[in-house]
Amino acid sequence: MTSTDTTRVVHGPKRPGTPALEARGLTKHFPVHGGLRRGRVVRAVEDVSLALPEGTVTAVVGESGSGKSTLSRLLTRLTAPTSGELLLDGEPVGGSARARRAYAGQVHLVLQDPFSSLNAVHSIRYHLRRPLKLHQGLRGSELDARAAQLLERVSLTPAERYLDKFPHELSGGQRQRVAIARGLAVRPRVLLADEPVSMLDVSIRLGVLNLLDELRERERLAILYVTHDIASARYLADTVVVMYAGQIVESGPAVQVTDSPAHPYTRLLLSAAPDPRRREPVVLRGRGAPPSLIDPPSGCRFHPRCPLAMPVCAETAPPVRPAAGDQVAACWLLDPERAAGTASA
Amino acid sequence: MTGEPVLEVRDLCVDYGVGPGGVRAVTDATLTLRRGEVLGLAGESGSGKSTLAYAVTRLLRAPGVITGGEVRFHGPDGVLDLLEADAATLRRVRWDQISVVFQSAMHALNPVARIDAQLTDALRAHRARLGAAERRERAVELLRLVGIGEERLRSYPHELSGGMRQRVMIAMALALEPRVVIMDEPTTALDVVTQREILDELMQLKDRLGFAIVFITHDLSLLIELADTIAIMYAGRIVELADAQRLFHSPRHPYTLGLLNSFPALHGERVRMEGIPGSPPALTALPAGCAFHPRCPFALARCAHDVPRLTEPAEPAEPDGAPAARSAACWLHTGGEHVPAPLARVLGSTP
Repeated sequence: MTSTDTTRVVHGPKRPGTPALEARGLTKHFPVHGGLRRGRVVRAVEDVSLALPEGTVTAVVGESGSGKSTLSRLLTRLTAPTSGELLLDGEPVGGSARARRAYAGQVHLVLQDPFSSLNAVHSIRYHLRRPLKLHQGLRGSELDARAAQLLERVSLTPAERYLDKFPHELSGGQRQRVAIARGLAVRPRVLLADEPVSMLDVSIRLGVLNLLDELRERERLAILYVTHDIASARYLADTVVVMYAGQIVESGPAVQVTDSPAHPYTRLLLSAAPDPRRREPVVLRGRGAPPSLIDPPSGCRFHPRCPLAMPVCAETAPPVRPAAGDQVAACWLLDPERAAGTASA
Repeated sequence: MTGEPVLEVRDLCVDYGVGPGGVRAVTDATLTLRRGEVLGLAGESGSGKSTLAYAVTRLLRAPGVITGGEVRFHGPDGVLDLLEADAATLRRVRWDQISVVFQSAMHALNPVARIDAQLTDALRAHRARLGAAERRERAVELLRLVGIGEERLRSYPHELSGGMRQRVMIAMALALEPRVVIMDEPTTALDVVTQREILDELMQLKDRLGFAIVFITHDLSLLIELADTIAIMYAGRIVELADAQRLFHSPRHPYTLGLLNSFPALHGERVRMEGIPGSPPALTALPAGCAFHPRCPFALARCAHDVPRLTEPAEPAEPDGAPAARSAACWLHTGGEHVPAPLARVLGSTP
């Protein structure tokens, strides 16, 4: 699941060849303007290395404020990183206007709210024709043929029924499909989906998740699925990446991470998730709320909430270590010397 | 649940607007809430679950109109018909006997008033004989009840985290020790860990103080853990009503089955799930007959024109010998029809 060079662990599904998109040491510190903390920074994302190979789904899971949305914005280049670099098909991404536009044609973002990400005064036809014109240079009748094709790819059939509708005439799930179709118009290699189903009705969420699954299979897209719902991450993803307070604390094959979590934070998330099959009362594995990212805790950022914290956790940040197979976690409990004598939970 | 009823809703109907432009948002809702019970109302947006709750508390705003039915509240001074009650009676009962926790704590708290002022406001209105010192004492007590320290009394809402604001909302709802607390998606905007902490506290408080809860949410998987009885709503109607374990292990309505199949599991083999095809209907264009029939994999010919009533399914008694305290609005269960296997499971068999 990860390849380790001398200094850095790259998270994400392990596949042979060059990943479609790779982030190396991506860091984002937002400056604080005004107020008493002027001149300081919010450490939103800290040294994240992530590889997204084609034909895979990587889920990023975490609470609000964990940095998962900032990460997806860094990957779209909507936000400039403080440090770190992006590689598209192994090539460093340039900063020129031309390079930006080429990048936008390769990496596409699907937003959370399909009620505000489509323009209410334009038809579906308009939404789909624009990227085809701007990025593919298509003209005339070809445009409509391709627009209809796009709708069929997201299972909005027959396409003629939808082309002349306006966003308000569609349901939430249909709108999200249009947003995805618009993303596919530029023939991207990478689709970044930031909470794509959390605003949708429960009964139609699976339809959109299954569509992402088909796009992975059929179009070999590299998909990043950002979510707070660990059960849906387990359902859809090849790899689950768990973020806490701006850092990746654990990653590995989806089922393995959710069935035998290695990091105490992942255990906490799983213990809190709704589960109708749960027989015994819930025992929360930890308390409290995520820390301020202006003054993150020393050492391991999770140590103030961790039920298994040791003295070392408050002093030194734990290195990323293998837990089992392709599963890795940043926790001192995985250090054979440190964990000796500590009961593992 | 053997407690005596505290809130009874009979054939409640609610419309939005009148005349040809009006739509029916809740149709013939019948429910009973017992003392100390958690009654879950689950459904998608537009299913009428919030409308039902607001109609019961008479908080519904125009163009919402209650067009029929009966809501009987069993208070300390006898039974009260809430739909007939005048403004003065309602003012006395609301908050004191029936309180509401609204969905968004961010907007439900007054941003320019401190927490102590908002907490003591209800005490001032309903407990006139309390002095300022006693009110403050009670406010501290209430905050402690929901796990917030006294030092937060002088805070403004924006100084609190989302979870704390929601806790303050719950403290306010409990201020006068009501018999019934109605909670409309109380934890939807919160992170899972905070949600779990608040729900744990809420259940402990319920056991200690003995109030009953109507819990409204779209998250059926959460509700099954939490609620004693669950009512599933679709397009304004209650389509299935059963205790939580029966509903989860042996659903009777195809919509309930579809909803249960819409939540990926946290354990076991990964299998492809299909959810429910199509999308919920608009209230302005409800299908004839059973509103669910266009999305139903088991639809019969009569489902397209006859509306099924909520009745006890025609089936043998449950193996545990208990009377089948459940009902479903589906033609498959009225007898004579072949019931598909997923809708004929009995409690105790492996799902």
